[in-house]
Amino acid sequence: MKQATVKLHTAANRLIAAIGGDIDHHSAADVRAAIDRELYLQKPQILILELSAVDFMDSSGLGLVLGRYTKAKEIGCSTRVANPTAAVERILKLSGCEKYIPFLQDTEITREVYNERKGEN
Amino acid sequence: MRGERRKPTNEMKLELASRSVNEALARAAVSAMATQLDPKLDELTELRTAVSEAVTNAIIHGYRGSEGTVYINCRCYADRTMVVKIKDKGCGIENIEQAREPLYTGDPSGERGGMGFAIMESFCDRVKVTSKPNAGTTVTLTKRFR
Repeated sequence: MKQATVKLHTAANRLIAAIGGDIDHHSAADVRAAIDRELYLQKPQILILELSAVDFMDSSGLGLVLGRYTKAKEIGCSTRVANPTAAVERILKLSGCEKYIPFLQDTEITREVYNERKGEN
Repeated sequence: MRGERRKPTNEMKLELASRSVNEALARAAVSAMATQLDPKLDELTELRTAVSEAVTNAIIHGYRGSEGTVYINCRCYADRTMVVKIKDKGCGIENIEQAREPLYTGDPSGERGGMGFAIMESFCDRVKVTSKPNAGTTVTLTKRFR
């Protein structure tokens, strides 16, 4: 099992939350608190949840995504999900949330996060 | 279920304190036993996810954050079937049909998707739920590896 991690980046009215590790009910709490703190501080226009490094996720991860969507919407911010693995995408799509949360794959903005993460390792 | 009447080829019993930190431990233990049946990676992920849902339900909804024990019984069968029972002695479920409905959530915070049972059902071959108010809940997950 891997610790859940979240790295937050702000760029041009976007808040990118790069989430990694195992997301369950236990680990989601810290990730949630970290994102919400930054969300209220920065008040971005777009929140991007970058999920390429998520190794495991159950419905708590889905709750994390849906909860952030709701919180962001309250402050006029829209949410995107970026680069989910096949397993993560399957869980998210069980809820039908792709109908109101756009899914992005390998966009320029998330590639920046990739490169930054590679630089750290 | 025929699988439950036959003699298992292996069995594991686990008792865990109803603490959220043990959700990962439950997944890891069941997953370690499942590897004996040589599942495909996606099948193993499905089983781990379903176990995580059931154990989380026991902790959040069964015991509602109070102290208790989550009982896990894990059996392997010769036809590569795995049966995992997750039992709590918590508050029980008043209306099982309602609890199993997708998007139904017993949590008002908006941080739970209400998709736990939907995930278990989607990721296992069979999900059986027995429950009695004020006595507890048992979820039995059956998964056959292809």
